[in-house]
Amino acid sequence: MPLVFAGIGSHAPGIVNRAERVEEERREAFYDAYRRMGQAIRDAKADVLIVIAAEHFANFFMNNMPAFAMGMADYYEGPIEDEAWMRIARRKIPGNRDLSERLIARVMEETDVSYCEEWKFDHGIMVPLNFLTPDYDFPVIPANINCQGPPLTPLHRAWAFGQALRHAADAVPERVAVVGTGGISHWPATPNSGKINEAWDRDFLARWQKNDKAALLSYTDTDTYRDAGQGGFEIRTFIAIAGLAPEASGEIWHYDAIPPFAVGCTVGALTLKQTIAA
Amino acid sequence: MSLYYLQKLLYNLNREPALQARFKADRASVLADYDLTAEELKALTDPDVGLLYVLGVNGQLLMHYAALVGQSWDEYIAAMRAGVKQYGPVRAGIYAMVDE
Repeated sequence: MPLVFAGIGSHAPGIVNRAERVEEERREAFYDAYRRMGQAIRDAKADVLIVIAAEHFANFFMNNMPAFAMGMADYYEGPIEDEAWMRIARRKIPGNRDLSERLIARVMEETDVSYCEEWKFDHGIMVPLNFLTPDYDFPVIPANINCQGPPLTPLHRAWAFGQALRHAADAVPERVAVVGTGGISHWPATPNSGKINEAWDRDFLARWQKNDKAALLSYTDTDTYRDAGQGGFEIRTFIAIAGLAPEASGEIWHYDAIPPFAVGCTVGALTLKQTIAA
Repeated sequence: MSLYYLQKLLYNLNREPALQARFKADRASVLADYDLTAEELKALTDPDVGLLYVLGVNGQLLMHYAALVGQSWDEYIAAMRAGVKQYGPVRAGIYAMVDE
């Protein structure tokens, strides 16, 4: 079944665990955009939500770091963070092992991906789900791109992973939604936490909205590190979403640089050209 | 220099509640399982989050260690700043402090 939804969103832990540091009206405007995305996923009658995240050493470490990984389990667990710290209770989140296996087999035709029958979700997945599927009852398949431990996955490979995932989604009978979570510019978990390069973010989002492949892939990690911080390396997840549908343009539903949340809070979606009958 | 094993310990601690419990009860016995320098052992034992930051521990790993040892968000940010002031710039990794 053709892909039914493709979106992007931020995942910084402060979005949930430092909520009170932002005035209610401002934070709710962002949360509402995220909730609207959850509704769009349900309206599209998706059977599964693939979350392409940039995880932070919850499952993968430098002893064996995959460039790409996808979950292949009937359930997952999260958050890995301390529950009181994350302000999200630990729980099981349903998966779909059979569908994972079929998708992964198809993705492997184009991109080398590690499969994982065990996966602990960190804030990269739990924070978006907190708004998209707040009861954590919707089947999720996690995917990861290495944005943490250099050498990082090259940008053009992140785009190609999106392409491979699209071909896989189109090949299964289920209705697949995909959301990529991450940066854009930010300096998380440093003394500079709260620093955001809004001009850089807006330029990146303009490229993403146009789905300008050459412009999206033209960043070097040296430039990104200088202009957008190590958090900027997570543009890989947004680029993978662009790669899902090169024919589609993107729409930004929300962008607000909120220092206490330590990131330019973003929600956006591709305008998929195909309208799929339910 | 055993930054890899220092981070491996923090990675394992973040993942495994049973190891966290063991670490809280008997820190030395957990530390003995890892190939660590005297400076790293001191930073973990004190605990000195600022020194761990300067040694180059990945920020995402350190953020959770700070929470584990009971630091609030603001205390953790202040500890990193104090570390840079006391020990100098971050020595490795991709989480160095930048000018604002």
